[in-house]
Amino acid sequence: MRRRAIFHNKVLPYLLLAPQVAVTLVFFLWPAGQAIYQSVLLQDPFGLRTQFVWLENFRVVLTDPLYLGSVRVTLIFSTAVTALSMGAALLFAVVADMRIRGATTYKTLLTWPYAVAPAVAASLWLFIFHPSIGLLGRRLRYLGIAWDYKLNGNQALLLVILAASWKQVSYNFLFFLAGLQAIPPSVIEAASLDTGPARRFWSIAFPLISPTTFFLLVVNVVYAFFDTFGVIHALTGGGPGKATETLIYKVYTDGVINLDLGGSSAQSMILMLVVVTLTAIQFRYIERKVHY
Amino acid sequence: MRRMRRARWLFAGLTGLWVAAGLSPAPAQAVTEITFWYGLTQPLGGMLDQIAADFNASQTKYRVNASFKGSYPETMVAAIAAFRAGNAPHIVQMFEVGTATMMAARGAIKPVHELMREAGVPFDPNVYVPAVRGYYSTSDGRMLSMPFNSSTAVMWYNKDAFRRAGLDPNSPPRTWTELRDAARKIRAANASPCGFTAAWGTWTQFEQFSAIHNVSLATRANGMDGMDAELLINSPLHVRHVQMLIDMQKEGSYKYGGRDTSPEALFVSGECAIIHTSSGYRARVIREAKFDWGVAMLPYYEGAPGAPRNSIIGGASFWVMTAPRRTAEEYRAVAEFFRFISRPEVVAKWHTDTGFLPITMGGFERVQASGYYKQNPGADIPYRQLTRTEPTENSRGLRLGNMPEIRTVIYEELEKAFQGQQTAQQALDSAVQRGNTVLRNFERANRP
Repeated sequence: MRRRAIFHNKVLPYLLLAPQVAVTLVFFLWPAGQAIYQSVLLQDPFGLRTQFVWLENFRVVLTDPLYLGSVRVTLIFSTAVTALSMGAALLFAVVADMRIRGATTYKTLLTWPYAVAPAVAASLWLFIFHPSIGLLGRRLRYLGIAWDYKLNGNQALLLVILAASWKQVSYNFLFFLAGLQAIPPSVIEAASLDTGPARRFWSIAFPLISPTTFFLLVVNVVYAFFDTFGVIHALTGGGPGKATETLIYKVYTDGVINLDLGGSSAQSMILMLVVVTLTAIQFRYIERKVHY
Repeated sequence: MRRMRRARWLFAGLTGLWVAAGLSPAPAQAVTEITFWYGLTQPLGGMLDQIAADFNASQTKYRVNASFKGSYPETMVAAIAAFRAGNAPHIVQMFEVGTATMMAARGAIKPVHELMREAGVPFDPNVYVPAVRGYYSTSDGRMLSMPFNSSTAVMWYNKDAFRRAGLDPNSPPRTWTELRDAARKIRAANASPCGFTAAWGTWTQFEQFSAIHNVSLATRANGMDGMDAELLINSPLHVRHVQMLIDMQKEGSYKYGGRDTSPEALFVSGECAIIHTSSGYRARVIREAKFDWGVAMLPYYEGAPGAPRNSIIGGASFWVMTAPRRTAEEYRAVAEFFRFISRPEVVAKWHTDTGFLPITMGGFERVQASGYYKQNPGADIPYRQLTRTEPTENSRGLRLGNMPEIRTVIYEELEKAFQGQQTAQQALDSAVQRGNTVLRNFERANRP
C-alpha cells in the first residue's frame, strides 16, 4: 500500500522538482548555453549581423600575448591572495584559539571585514593608499617613497592583492577556528606533556585541520579568480598598463566596455573550464578525506 | 557568473516594472509616453530630469520619462541589451566616442534628419555650431543624432601658484614651450607640488591635440569617410609630444594622474597648478577650488603649420532607437522633444548652469546679450576656441569604430612609457598596431 501511495501520482514528483529545474535552466544552463553559442560567432553589439566563425575566437584569445599576460597576472594575483589570506587567517585563528582575555571580542571583530561589500572595501583602501588624498599614501610619499599605484604597476598589483586578501581573511578565519576547536582537547593535552607549542601545532593541529585547509585552498583560489572583480574595478580598473587585469576583469573589459561579445564569451568558456576543473578536484578530495 | 547575475537583475527589474505598471493609475487621456535613458551623474542628471519635466509641463500630448542608467558605457550596454530584447528606449544618450558604433547599427537607430522629416517638424542643422554639427553628421551633411551636451577641452590654471612662482597670472602659457617653462618655474619655486597634469589624457593630448595642430588622428578624414581608416598617431609631432611629456615627467613638471577624470582632483586640491580637461569641469572648480583660477585655450607647438586651429567636441548626443511596433506618434513625440531642447533659451540655460557649450549660435548670442560672459570671465573661452577657425578634415571630429577600446589601448601604452618600460616611439607604434587591430575587427563585424 505504502509503495503504491508513493508512486500513485506520476506527475507530482516532476511538479515538485519543476521550480528547481526551472531555476537551473533559466539562470544557469540558458546563460551558459548562450555563452557557448556566442563564443563561436562574430557579431556586432546590436546583433544585426552575425557570422559563424567556428573556433576563431578561441584561437585569437589563446594566441593573444595580452591574454597570456592576463594569465600571468591572474596566477601571481591568485597565488598571493590565497597565500596571504590563508596564512593571516591561520595565524589569527591559532591566536584566537588560545585562552586569552577578550577572545570573543577579538573573534567578532575578525569576522567583520567579510560583511563589507567589495566596492566599499576598495573605497576604504583607496582612502588609505591614494597617493594624493590617502592617509598612508601621503605619508609614504612624505617619507620619500615614490608611492603612486596609478602609474606603478607593481604597486598597483600589491594594492589589489592586499585589498582582496583582507576581504577574505574573515571567511578563512572562521573555518580555521572551527577546525582547531574540533580537535579533541585530550589529544593536545597528551601532547603538551612532552612538546612545546610550536611543535604541537605543526605535528598535531596542522595535520588534523588539513581537510579544512584543502577546502579553503580551493575556495580561495576560486575567490581570487572570480570574486575579486569589484575590488579591482574600484581600485585600479585593470591598470596601469595591464598590470592588474586578471582574466575575469578582461572578460568584463572585452565584453562590456569593448563590446566584443564573441571574444568575451570565448574567454568565459575558458574560465568556465577552469572552475569546473577546480570543483572536480574539490569534490574528489573531499569525498576521499571527509570520513577519516 | 556575471551573465547569471545580470539575468537575475533583469528578472527582478522586469517583475518590478510589471508590478509598477499594474499599480499606476490609468491616464485620463491618451498621452504618448516615451522613454529616455541618460548617463549623466548628479547634479547634471537632475538638470536633465528638469528639462524633461519642463517639456512635459509645456504641452499635454506627450510625456518623456527620463531615467539614469549609469555611466556612459553602462548606458550604452543597457540600450544594446534592451534593443536585443526588442525593447529599446526611444532616446538614449550616447557619448561621442560611441558615434561610430551607433552609426553602424543601421537597423537599430533612426537618423535625426529622417525622424524630423517624417514627423514634419521643422529642423535646420545650420543653427548648430559647425564643430558640433560635423561630429554627428554623415560626410554629406545629414545629421544622425541630436547634439545636446557638448564640451571641449581647455586649460585651467591656478593664478595663486603663478603669482608665487613669479609668473604673470594674467598671461597663461600659449604654447607648449611656455607651458613647460611655467611648469618648471612653478616647481623650482615650489609654488605647488606639481606643475602640469592632464585629465582625459587620450582626448586632450591626442584627439584635441591633433585637431588644434591640423594633423590627422586617422586616415579617411579621421574615419568620417569610411570604416577602413587606420590610425596615424605615431606621426613625428605625436611622438615629439609624448616624448616631451615623458621628459617633463622625469624633471617633475608633469604628473600622470590616472585615466579619464581622476587627474581632476589634483587641480582643485591645489596640487597641480595647470590642468587640461573638459570645459564641463567649470562647476567643480567653482565649487571646490579655494584659490584664484583662470581658463585659457589649449597650447600648441610654435611652428606647427596651421596651428592653432579649432578644437573638437566631446560629451554626448541623443540617439533615436527603433523597436518592433514603435508607432509614428511615438516618433513624433521624440521629434517634439528634440525641438524643445533646441530652443535658444533651453540651450542657453543648460550652458550657463553646467559649463557645457552653447551648441547653437542662437544660444551663444542669447547668453552673450545677457551679459553673462562679462560677469563670468573665461566662460566664453571654450566656445571661442571651438569656433576660432572653420573645421578641416582633421578638426571636424572623429568617427572610429570601438573608440572606447582604442582610448584604453592608448592609455595602456602611455602608462608603460611613463613607467620607463618603452620609448615614446615604441608606445605610439604599438598603440597604432593594436588600435588598427581594433578597427579591423570593428570593420569586419559591422560590414554592411
